[in-house]
Amino acid sequence: MPNTKTKVAFKGTPEQEAELKKFIAEIKHEKGATMPILQKAQEIYGYLPEEAQVIIAEETGIPLTEIYGIATFYAQFALNPKGETQISVCLGTACYVKGSGDVLQKVVDTIGCEAGSITPDGKFSIDATRCIGACGLAPVMTVNGEVYGRMTPAMVPEILKQYME
Amino acid sequence: MNFARAHIMVCGGTGCTSSKSPEIAAEFRKQLEAAGLADEVKVVQTGCFGLCALGPIVVVYPEGSFYSMVTIDDVKEIVDEHLVKGRPVERLLYHEGADHHGTVHSSLNDTDFYRKQKRIALRNCGRINPENIDEYIAFDGYKALEKVLKTMQPQEVIDVIKASGLRGRGGAGFPTGNKWQFAANEKNDVKYVCCNADEGDPGAFMDRSVLEGDPHSVIEAMAIAGFAAGAHEGYVYVRAEYPIAVHRLTIAIEQAREYGMLGKNIFGTGFDFDITVRLGAGAFVCGEETALMTSIEGHRGEPRPRPPFPAVKGLFGQPTLENNVETFANVTWIINNGPEAFAAMGTERSKGTKVFALGGKITNTGLVEIPMGTTLREVVEEIGGGVPNGKKFKAAQTGGPSGGCLPASLIDTPLDYESMAAVGSIVGSGGLIVMDEDNCMVDIAKFFLEFTVDESCGKCAPCRIGTRRMLEILNKITSGNGTLEDIDRLEELCEHVKANSLCGLGQTAPNPVLSTLKHFRDEYVAHVVDKKCPAGVCKDLLNYSIDPEKCKGCTACARACPVGAITGTVKEPHTIDTSKCIKCGTCISKCRFGAITKG
Repeated sequence: MPNTKTKVAFKGTPEQEAELKKFIAEIKHEKGATMPILQKAQEIYGYLPEEAQVIIAEETGIPLTEIYGIATFYAQFALNPKGETQISVCLGTACYVKGSGDVLQKVVDTIGCEAGSITPDGKFSIDATRCIGACGLAPVMTVNGEVYGRMTPAMVPEILKQYME
Repeated sequence: MNFARAHIMVCGGTGCTSSKSPEIAAEFRKQLEAAGLADEVKVVQTGCFGLCALGPIVVVYPEGSFYSMVTIDDVKEIVDEHLVKGRPVERLLYHEGADHHGTVHSSLNDTDFYRKQKRIALRNCGRINPENIDEYIAFDGYKALEKVLKTMQPQEVIDVIKASGLRGRGGAGFPTGNKWQFAANEKNDVKYVCCNADEGDPGAFMDRSVLEGDPHSVIEAMAIAGFAAGAHEGYVYVRAEYPIAVHRLTIAIEQAREYGMLGKNIFGTGFDFDITVRLGAGAFVCGEETALMTSIEGHRGEPRPRPPFPAVKGLFGQPTLENNVETFANVTWIINNGPEAFAAMGTERSKGTKVFALGGKITNTGLVEIPMGTTLREVVEEIGGGVPNGKKFKAAQTGGPSGGCLPASLIDTPLDYESMAAVGSIVGSGGLIVMDEDNCMVDIAKFFLEFTVDESCGKCAPCRIGTRRMLEILNKITSGNGTLEDIDRLEELCEHVKANSLCGLGQTAPNPVLSTLKHFRDEYVAHVVDKKCPAGVCKDLLNYSIDPEKCKGCTACARACPVGAITGTVKEPHTIDTSKCIKCGTCISKCRFGAITKG
């Protein structure tokens, strides 16, 4: 899955930076605070822009290489911003054996960008996720957190239409 | 205290929440208010009932009436009929059978799905409001902790756990009592108790359900483990993908602190214990105990070589007792009911119960807790309600990416650690995915390997490089370019990766390949020799064709084909241009005469 450095311009505000710095100051003396700090930064910015990683490195004294190493290790940290509409298709085993691979392909065909990426206009991003735990509803797709269960490829265009308007 | 004459339990697990159960609970409160019953009937949002396939689930007590697939529009009828007039709504009650038109049971405990189950770890799921500590206490909550702190010595606690025969439910099945003993034996001022809630097997969700439905049982067990091992600090490492579980666990910890069940001087005995929650960030390898600790410490979640084992040198370099959620969920039951009661269930060497997450091609998708040694047949055919759509059971994959499959010929295998290992599978974390004749076993092996290649942390070469080479061979096979030598080479590579990888992820990654090779070698051979996928899954090996005898020339397929690969005149048999065909299957779903076949 592509998780390389973003080309999208950084749009962070001074308020966001202040919020991040405040959180770091509160927590940095706790043991193993790095992960919670990165998670907070992602919560603030929606992803982990290079600028935020620099702030974290400077405020904690942990080398930027190490911060970047952690950010790229975990699937949940995103180096690219997400689309205004975030589509996720579950590729957990229960969903996969019931055909979620075909659902994902239909989403990719409908939206026109690959799984793990964002459309150039920033409107849509597609993710292939691990089990979200709604195995009883398999195969499952989520759009901005809204869960659509018992999916078939044929249902995809109809559902996505309402987000395209 | 107000006593309600009836309770409406609305499932608040992740599955049912996804189908809008919180709105259903709100609607119940609204309709009860309107009917003037708000004081008499209480609405409770509980943890998971287990029968996720039929969510949202609502159970009305005292009768135990079991309503399935409830919608917001049904709520008024249930309130008017059942709660005002006392007549359960027959139409909405759970019906047995694959088509859900069978017998109706007045209580959920009589259904095929629940009758054979024995709920220990899930005892409170669906029974209490997990966000209210008083309800947990009402069902003997924190009684075990009090008993341990006031009347037992640490060694006595460890002996009880040993006597119960409890083994790690996270996958490896290591005797829990021994693990506690090793941590207790270490002489050190600082020790930790760690709870592994990084349930990464895609298709297993019992740990999440315990945290969502009964978080206090884990908190209480961690405190007991802390007392036994001499630790005063605990960490729960939980997947960030489980927001409801994280939320309820956090509430439960706060409530436990308020009630003095966590913190300083618990029960006035001078014992201190507190718990910190740490969130994972989506790395499967962090479910491995040493990688989990590296992650809590704030690094890339890479495993460490063992020994030293965590009991000697674990979290932050200190002795650490680590168990998974389901293991902890059994502890208080064992203390309260005695180790003999626990050891009375299960088989000779696999004691107690195990929760399995039933998924895939099975009627009753959901969570089931059964005594160890229950056969796969009982789980699939009786509890699980069989394979839907008249298809045949082909295999069950257990233990996820680290596990293997049990083919139809082994359906009478008892589900316990020894029996499953003997046939090349594992209990693992308890994921149990059922597959029917439409699933290709080579494709399933490839699916799991794609997962492990993606999740390999990259620290050791056998796993990082070996799994990738294995996947390349599988891709070659499924695309029709494989040879018989490839199968041999794949098998050899599996043995190397298994023997030489650093941690459990790499050591078990070849299992899905090895077990499908063992039980379904003919399918691999069909892919490489006949260039066919018998199940009709691997697209490169499929060709669609139209049977001219059956085709009526209705043109439905030609109109639906997205690439214009189908041609023909009206009322004449059509043909498919295989060079244009993208094998999407649209034509098959449109044909009303069964004239199109793939193979």
